[in-house]
Amino acid sequence: MRPERQQTLNLEIPKGIFEQMLEHAKTEAPIEACGILAGRDGRAEKLYKMTNRDNKGDHFMMVPQEQFRVAKDIRSSGLEMLVIYHSHPDTPARPSAEDIRLALTPDVTYVIVSLRDDPGRVVKGFLIEEGDITEVPVKILEQ
Amino acid sequence: MNLIVNGNETNVDGELTVNELLTEQNVKMPEMVSVELNGQILRRSEFESTKLNEGDAVEFLYFMGGGHASERATD
Repeated sequence: MRPERQQTLNLEIPKGIFEQMLEHAKTEAPIEACGILAGRDGRAEKLYKMTNRDNKGDHFMMVPQEQFRVAKDIRSSGLEMLVIYHSHPDTPARPSAEDIRLALTPDVTYVIVSLRDDPGRVVKGFLIEEGDITEVPVKILEQ
Repeated sequence: MNLIVNGNETNVDGELTVNELLTEQNVKMPEMVSVELNGQILRRSEFESTKLNEGDAVEFLYFMGGGHASERATD
């Protein structure tokens, strides 16, 4: 559960994956979209769209069966879970109290896509550890 | 006893329940994890009573969720 990778303030997302994430957020709106990015050395290589079992615009919860399937696929691909992302259809890209309470998975960056002001363009990453929040720059890589 | 925990071969001393394994794996909030034993998801009520056997494959992951229902009015 706790990989050996040391979390660093480094997250790089290739433009194609970044756009998939934005499109996912827009497609699911007004429901919160959620997903996982996997990769290595802080660079995303694969996106997994996950089901929001709450099916709500103000809350998300992933489906455990999907989580296990994705975790195994990431492992068998030789990758690491880098990012847990979700969208805020009508609030800013900052972690809510509930986001912080449920930021339980260690060694991942939590990415929030806000559609509120400039749809699909406000994307921020955060390390959230025991309530402490550190913003992580999200670098988009041109392909 | 040899187990496979989240894909890693793991040796533990003696018999363990799922709950005891979570403690050994330093899971701080076992009530906030999902557990899969040999491909089957366990109910939380089974964590305490389910004993592990040689060669069992155990996967566990924290819940992944969030929300802002209580904050919308202030945004």
